[in-house]
Amino acid sequence: MNIWVERIAPFAFGLLGLSIWQGCVWGLQVPAYVLPGPVDIVGAYIGDYAVLNAALLSTLTVTFSALVVSATLGVALALAMAASNLARAAIQPWAVILQVTPVVAIAPLIIIWVNQPFWALVVCATIVAFFPVLSNTAAGLAATPKDLLDLFRLNGATRWQTLVLLRLPAALPYFLAGLRISGTLALVGAVVAEFVAGSGGFASGLAYRILEAGYRLQIPRMFAALVLLAMAGMAIYGALGLVSRLLLRRRDAA
Amino acid sequence: MIVVDGVSKRFPNGTLALDQISARFQEGEFIALLGPSGCGKSTLLRLLAGLEEPSSGQIMWPTKNVGDIGFVFQDATLMPWMSAAENVFLPLRLRGKSRAETKPAVLAALAQVGLAEFADAKPASLSGGMKMRVSIARALVSAPKLLLMDEPFAALDEFTRFKLQADLHEVWRRTGTTIVFVTHSIYEAAYLASRVLVMSPRPGRVAADIVSHVAEGPERRTAADYTAFVKQLSDTLRQVMPA
Repeated sequence: MNIWVERIAPFAFGLLGLSIWQGCVWGLQVPAYVLPGPVDIVGAYIGDYAVLNAALLSTLTVTFSALVVSATLGVALALAMAASNLARAAIQPWAVILQVTPVVAIAPLIIIWVNQPFWALVVCATIVAFFPVLSNTAAGLAATPKDLLDLFRLNGATRWQTLVLLRLPAALPYFLAGLRISGTLALVGAVVAEFVAGSGGFASGLAYRILEAGYRLQIPRMFAALVLLAMAGMAIYGALGLVSRLLLRRRDAA
Repeated sequence: MIVVDGVSKRFPNGTLALDQISARFQEGEFIALLGPSGCGKSTLLRLLAGLEEPSSGQIMWPTKNVGDIGFVFQDATLMPWMSAAENVFLPLRLRGKSRAETKPAVLAALAQVGLAEFADAKPASLSGGMKMRVSIARALVSAPKLLLMDEPFAALDEFTRFKLQADLHEVWRRTGTTIVFVTHSIYEAAYLASRVLVMSPRPGRVAADIVSHVAEGPERRTAADYTAFVKQLSDTLRQVMPA
């Protein structure tokens, strides 16, 4: 099949879906507070773009801060786990516990404990996001080719040389794959935390705008915020994928 | 001379891989360890490298320093993010040598395996045979006293294998490095080695120790004494294999 047809297909499909949606809303005269059509949603965004864009920026700031903290924390813990079996035994169950605990349940506590709202949000988002970086990097460090480890040993390499010249570069593709998953999770975590904080009166981020619009029955505006969130998630996923591909291609290609 | 004296190796799971191996490796020999899969020849190689300790017996060296042993694995095991030259430089780098002072040695090692023009190429752009050549250059760069090779050509196609065998034999003749070469190919052993240790199936024992009398030269692979040597090795292997 023609490559361009394949490229255009998802957009055409989306446009078709939107048209059917808009057609139904018009045809069945669905009120906007039940289900707004795409035209209403775009209208709501245009009418309130300054506030919505500021909210998006706020959410993205939390997301990226959480992603940076997650990457740092995940790599540091993975290194500790790779360096010592004791550290692995000590850390692993707690990482899993943090991962499986619903952040909605602990977010109110964190927001109380961490006085500063911005950092409270970052902590919540980090709890959601750090696990893929940790587990992927740990898997990458554990998967260092055995023959190369033998080669380093034969040549009297120090632990530091083995780490810097072999284990870290060998784990890079794993880390990048983990980072990509963590990127979207950080957004999810930020939004969940904003919901909890927002219902407590802390006005910031897209999730707060969604709550606010819901309270005021501004359903088109709520959908506009949702669309922004979805687009932000796709952009983060796409951008991290692109960075990863470019980085690895640059490094490993002739 | 390296002396292997009554070496046995039992793995933690109880498997006896090597049983009372004794052998002497003279300087400048090309020794092939020939035997069926699972006879412990790779284990013996790892013991010689010091990557594993014998369960009993000992291996004696005249002197042994870091860099005295070069090891070539079954796969090329190059680092994909480093150029050919950087991969070859690695053993020297690990010993604290600088890039500048070792550049001639690195280029010479690459030239020795016919890859002088590919110094800057990354492994992704090299063929399987070329990667193995880089791997051999990496083992040769520190001018090791002993070169250990663990079925390095097993994964290559036959044309590439023939070429690499000829080149390796030539490198050996030129440098006089002692080589211990693990293989399960009778033809490979007969072509390459100056002495063949035939090993029995598990637990590995030295079943026969045969010196090659195949004449050197371009006709080596087709000469009558080569064919006779192949037959001698086949007969020996037939005797040690269980029916």
